This record gives sequence, structure tokens and C-alpha cells, in this order.
Amino acid sequence: MTQTHQHEVIIVGAGGAGLMAALYASRGADTAVLSKLYPTRSHTGAAQGGIGAALGNLEPDKVEWHSFDTVKGSDYLGDQDAIDYMCAQAPEVVYELEHMGLPFSRTRDGKIAQRRFGGHTNNETKQPVLRSCYAADRTGHMILQTLYQNCIKNKVHFYDEFHVLDLLMNDGVANGVVAVELATGELHVFHAKSVVFATGGHGRIWELTSNAYAYTGDGVAITLRRGLPAQDLEFFQFHPTGILKLGILITEGVRGEGGVLINGKGERFMERYAPTVKDLASRDVVSRSIYLEIRDGNGIKGDRYVHLDMRPEVVNHYAELDGRTLPDGTPYRVTGEQLLSKVPDIVDFCRTYLGIDPIKEPMPIQPTAHYAMGGIPTNVHGQALSDAQGTIVPGLFAAGEVACVSVHGANRLGTNSLLDLVVFGKEAGKMAAEYAKSADYKPLENNPTDFTRQQLDRILGKSGGEKVVTLGEEMKTKMMDDVGVFRTAEGMASAIEKMRELRERYKNVSVDDHGKRFNTDLLNAWELGCLLDVALATAVSAHARPESRGAHAREDFPKRNDAEWLKHTLAWMDGDQVRLEYKPVTITKYEPKERVY
Amino acid sequence: MLVYLKIYRYNPEAGRNVPSFDTYNIEAEPTDRVLDLLEEIKGHIDGTVSFRRSCAHGVCGSDAMRINGRNMLACKALVKDVGTEITIEPILGLPVLKDMIVDMEPFFNSYKSLMPFLINEDVPADGKERLQSPEQRERFDDTTKCILCAACTTSCPVFWSDDQYVGPATIVNAHRFIFDSRDQAANKRLEILADHGGAFRCRTAFNCTEACPREIHVTQAIAEVKNAITSGGVEH
Repeated sequence: MTQTHQHEVIIVGAGGAGLMAALYASRGADTAVLSKLYPTRSHTGAAQGGIGAALGNLEPDKVEWHSFDTVKGSDYLGDQDAIDYMCAQAPEVVYELEHMGLPFSRTRDGKIAQRRFGGHTNNETKQPVLRSCYAADRTGHMILQTLYQNCIKNKVHFYDEFHVLDLLMNDGVANGVVAVELATGELHVFHAKSVVFATGGHGRIWELTSNAYAYTGDGVAITLRRGLPAQDLEFFQFHPTGILKLGILITEGVRGEGGVLINGKGERFMERYAPTVKDLASRDVVSRSIYLEIRDGNGIKGDRYVHLDMRPEVVNHYAELDGRTLPDGTPYRVTGEQLLSKVPDIVDFCRTYLGIDPIKEPMPIQPTAHYAMGGIPTNVHGQALSDAQGTIVPGLFAAGEVACVSVHGANRLGTNSLLDLVVFGKEAGKMAAEYAKSADYKPLENNPTDFTRQQLDRILGKSGGEKVVTLGEEMKTKMMDDVGVFRTAEGMASAIEKMRELRERYKNVSVDDHGKRFNTDLLNAWELGCLLDVALATAVSAHARPESRGAHAREDFPKRNDAEWLKHTLAWMDGDQVRLEYKPVTITKYEPKERVY
Repeated sequence: MLVYLKIYRYNPEAGRNVPSFDTYNIEAEPTDRVLDLLEEIKGHIDGTVSFRRSCAHGVCGSDAMRINGRNMLACKALVKDVGTEITIEPILGLPVLKDMIVDMEPFFNSYKSLMPFLINEDVPADGKERLQSPEQRERFDDTTKCILCAACTTSCPVFWSDDQYVGPATIVNAHRFIFDSRDQAANKRLEILADHGGAFRCRTAFNCTEACPREIHVTQAIAEVKNAITSGGVEH
């Protein structure tokens, strides 16, 4: 039996954006949060190095510098009004998190500690600036815990392990969702005035990723299926430092604390690619540099990886060469013990998965699929948009990685994802409650679960068909090879063809588990359907952009082309056809110029 | 290398209402995670094998299970460390719902009972951060690492036998606030933990400390809470 629930605001996803939205929405409206995981399992918890805010706790910093760095990091594809808004809000939300109880690491005088991060600079000296506010190397974990704790304090209503499979709309207005309750397998209809999607990203499209199993693009796929567009999907970030073969993230904070990238010849190669900030260039630049080193045979032992070295003697050697000083002017020097206290989880990951101690040995790393700059288009209020003219979808909001505001443009700076989800989660939550107060419940259509049932029944009705893992592996390999760090027209065309083939074969996918309770077999299959949809839309969006910008690097079009391509992509999906449109980038004070680090 | 796996199965819906084991022989690398083996089995051999997982690198807390009799995260247990004969069972003391999936509600309800949130309504006049020295911050650093995986609580013999006991994880999370210089409700938390079902139920078996995948000194944290209760509070 399908149960129907009614809440003024439904929030889908309980990571940082969803919980922040919940805290704000619940102040003004009857709010419930649906999450396919227990909230504290959300992927925000895996974020490590910090949240960016120009607090200037240790050295001079300015909101304007943070804004400019973000614009430059985005390769000028970020919307400058949205970026200005986010960076201006940053100090306030970081203080707000502290007031909520977040245990930030501290400076000697008791303030929030800050570290260097890629692409964040003092705009006058061009040198890296201490801007990333951190709690050791588990900042995301502390944000997630703190927000969840405050949701408990404020008695927010949660439906844990309810997996949302569809968005309900009536006459272009969002009015609810359909979810499966994992424990029973029953479908539930949630009738709402406002729906906030905070479902995270889709890094599981690629073979090597830092992303959780749960990062399957549900939000983007569901909205694509409901006829809404996805923005800038071709821009997906490969983080430079994933653990070899596993893809587990090694925070950029390691380089912020003085770690350096070293190739097979023992060279600190980033000084050739980014002479000013070197290892702290933005992520797209560093990932490409690593690929180029490997291509030139400069991988470690000629293999497909390089070293990230944070042994204290190495850190100190390069700090001396760079003339790096502490804020008080004394030379920057570290001990193994200090590094261990700054990045304890990194040390633990290396010991566990590599069997090495990074204080004594360098870490083998390779770029890993990390973050979706693209997603559901929204304005700065978190309101979802349905077209290139910025028409609002009434009742639908999105925030966090699933959304594309766009504050990250073609490449996100480290620390700006946590900032994004707090700032825009808050805004989306506020706006969702405000909208709910002025709107009526739009009636549900008859049989609201039909579309969901069709999708599940198609999978359950088959036996002996295609295996989920087989299709998934073929997708991941192809996307890694042809829609990865470097791209060509030919490769992307073949990826499009491959995704179409896989989507066709997916129609014949079958599962072993035909029960109702915790049927994770069935839901894995459903999630694969989401990944395939997003992968196809990504490949088509990428193929159509004949320039190199941020994370979208074309070997056949190595230059940025502002005259024709300084614009956002919008992709709609109809069957296996993807239709593209474009919309202008908002430029306020920073005219595009060449990007040099 | 060939790995022999013995996996706990229970699913009344499919007629498996008496727990039993299924066995599998699969090829594995010494550096494979036990979670990788479970995924291999689920993907290629038997899709009905059920377990929770998400991050796959020890930070989300989804996949606590009993591996060769000890509580671990499947994503942090490597074949080279657990051996080539591996028995996998659900964690103990919480109702099993299906295979390795247990009912987490009692666990989270216990966690919520100790007010797991900072209590301090005084915000600095300048709107900026409250000050806290690195030493004050260090005082509760260890217990901020908790990922609520339940490995500690479900390894505790007192928790198995006494359903009043809040369990180690709840005390760890209370510790995180009791020893935070910014919190103003330490005494209230200590009062609750002084009661029946609180910290003095702990018999220092140290199972929790051994089980913690985040290497939190759980037993020590509980001892600090006990000391704070007997000495009448906490000084920051």
C-alpha cells in the first residue's frame, strides 16, 4: 500500500546542503528530510581540507580576493554576481557554523585556524593565502556532524533510508516526490509545496573516483526525466591527488601544509606549469600537469602515477627554496608530529590502504573524479530554472553539488564546495519555507507512483538479463578513457555512442533480488539508470564544446574561445536524444583574461 | 590468491528465517577491502547478499560488521590483515533485518538521548567566533572523530546484556560536548550519565577501544566521564 504524507517543505538528501536547508526551512514551515542514507553517512562527511572564507585570522585577506580567485578558478564561466554573493556570505556562515558548535582547529590566539589551498591567493602579492578554515583534515565530517546535531536540537523531521526515485509535478509546478522505504520496499508519496533537491553529485560515472557509492546522480537524472534541463555537465573536476588505483582523496591541504608533487625524475614539476603558486595551482591545472608528466614518461618508474611528498625534510627543503614564512615572518618549518596533527586522516588512509607512512615515504597518487561543477540550474536563491531565460520552476529548489548556480563555472576551487553547500543550502531552505507560506498544495495527479513503478517493474520483470556491474564497468571505463581529463572529438563521439548502447542494453537489465526488504540489488540497478542518463548528457554536452576551459580540456581545441563559448550549456533529455541550448555568463567586474598561476 | 568467505544470511521474507551461512571462494588481491569482496559477490554471484555501504574508505560509518568475530568497517579491513578465510556477520546486539543489515534505530535513539549538540546561546558581540585555545580544543579532539558506525557499542558485553545501557558511542558523543570549553550543559549531561544506564555500567572490557575504526580511545573517554561525575564536574 502506498502511503501518502504531507509536509510543506520536502528536502531530498541529508548532506551539508540538505541539513542546512532543513535548519532554515524548519524555522518557517513544516519540513521533512528524506535521505537514502542515514544523514551522517552523507558524502559531505568525506570532505577534508576546509571551507573557504576571507576571515584574515592569520594574515590579511579580503572578500574581493576570494571572489576574484573563484572567478579566475572558474575559468571565467562562473556567474560573478553569484560568486560575489557566496564569498561575501562566507565569513558570516563560517562564524555561524562555529556558533553551532563546529570544532574548528584553532590559532594560537584561539581563533579559527586557516590554511593555504589551491588557487586562493593574496591578489596583491599573488602568493597563496591562508583562507581555508579547517578542523584537522575532517572539516566535512565536522560540518556534517554539527549540522545533524543542530537538526536534532531543532527537532527536524527525518525519514532516514527513504530513497527518492521521482519528482512530482503538476502543470509545471513541483508538488512532491515518490520515495521507496528501504526497510519495507513500499513506495511513499510525499505531497509538498516546496521540494529541495540536495542529492549530491555523480562521480560514480567514472572508473577512478573519490566519490561514495551513493554518488549516482539521482537528482540530475530525476529532473532530466521530468523534462528539466541540466547545466554545464561537461565540467567535472578531477582532483589531482587520489590514492593510486583506489581514487581515495588526499586533501589539497597536504600541499597547503607544504607537500609537493614529484615526478619519476625527482623533479618538482609544478614549478614548470605554475611558476608563481606551483603546487597550489587550481585543480584542473594540476591534474592536467600530472597527466602530461605521465604522458612524457615522467611517471614514477615510468608508470601512470606521480608522488605527493609530505615528508618533513622535503616540505622544509622546498619551503626554504620558496622562502616561505609564517605570518610572524619566521621561516616556515614543520616536524612530522605537526604534520600528523594537521592531517591525521590522510596518514591513516595511507597506512591502511597503501601500507606506507606518509611522514616517512611519498604517496603514490593519480587524478581522481571528484566534483560536478554542473547540475540543476538555479539562481542565487536556490530556485530551479527551466530554461535559458531563467524562468523559475515554482516549488523546486536545489542546493549543493547537485545544483549549478553557477559559482564554480568550469573549475571549482578547493574549499568552495563546503562554502557553496552552506551558503546556498541556507538560502534554498529559507526560500523554500517562504514560498511554502504563500503557496497552496498543488493537487497530486492520479496515480503519482506510476512512473516510479514502471521503472522498478521493468527491472524486476526480467531475469537472466544484463548485469548491473557489467554495464556499470563498461560505462566507467569508457567515460574515464574518453570523457576524462583530456578529451577529443573522436573519443567523445565514441563515448556518446557507447552510452547510447549501454542505455539500450540497460532496458534488459535484471537483478537477483526480487524481494521488498532492503532490496539494494534493485536500487543499485535503478541508480545505474541515473548514472547512464547523466553520463550520456555529459558526453553530449562535452562533445558540443570545441574549446578548452577549466576542467574541459580538448586536445583538438587547446585554447579557450571567449568569443564564441563564454556561455553555459543547458541540456535536455528526450529518450536517447540530448538537446542543447546556451545561456550567457553573468560578468560584473572581472573581464575574462588569460589564466596564469 | 583464493579467499574463502563465509557470509551470514538471514531474510525471513525469502524464507531464510533461521540464520545460516553461505560460502564463496573468490579470487582476491591482498590489498582488497572486505567490502570489495562483498561487492564482487553481490555484483557477480548473488545479488541478494545485503549490506550497507557508501564512502568505502572509513569515514561514513555505514559498513560496520563482524569480520572473523571482530567488529570492523568492511571498507577498512584488508584481505592481507584478516586472512584468506573470512567469516562475515552482522554486528551484535541490534536486531538483524536482513543479512548484515541491522536496525540502527535503537543506536541513534540512544545517541540522541544525551543532547548531542552544543548548548551555548551566548554569541560574541562582534558576531565572530568564540575563542578557544588550541589546548582547550585538543581536550576533546579524539571524540570529535566519531562516525556513529556502532562498532564500539555493539562490541560491548554490557550493551549485549543490558538494554538500559546507553553504550560507548553515546558516551563518546557526550564526552565531545562535556569537555568542549564552549559548552554550558556539561553538568546536565553528567547527571544523565551518572544515572542507571550511564557511564558506570561500563566494566572496562576495552572491546570498544579495539573495535573503533577511528582509533578513538573510547574506554579512556568513558573513564574521563566517570571521573568528571565523581569529582563533580569539569574545569576548562
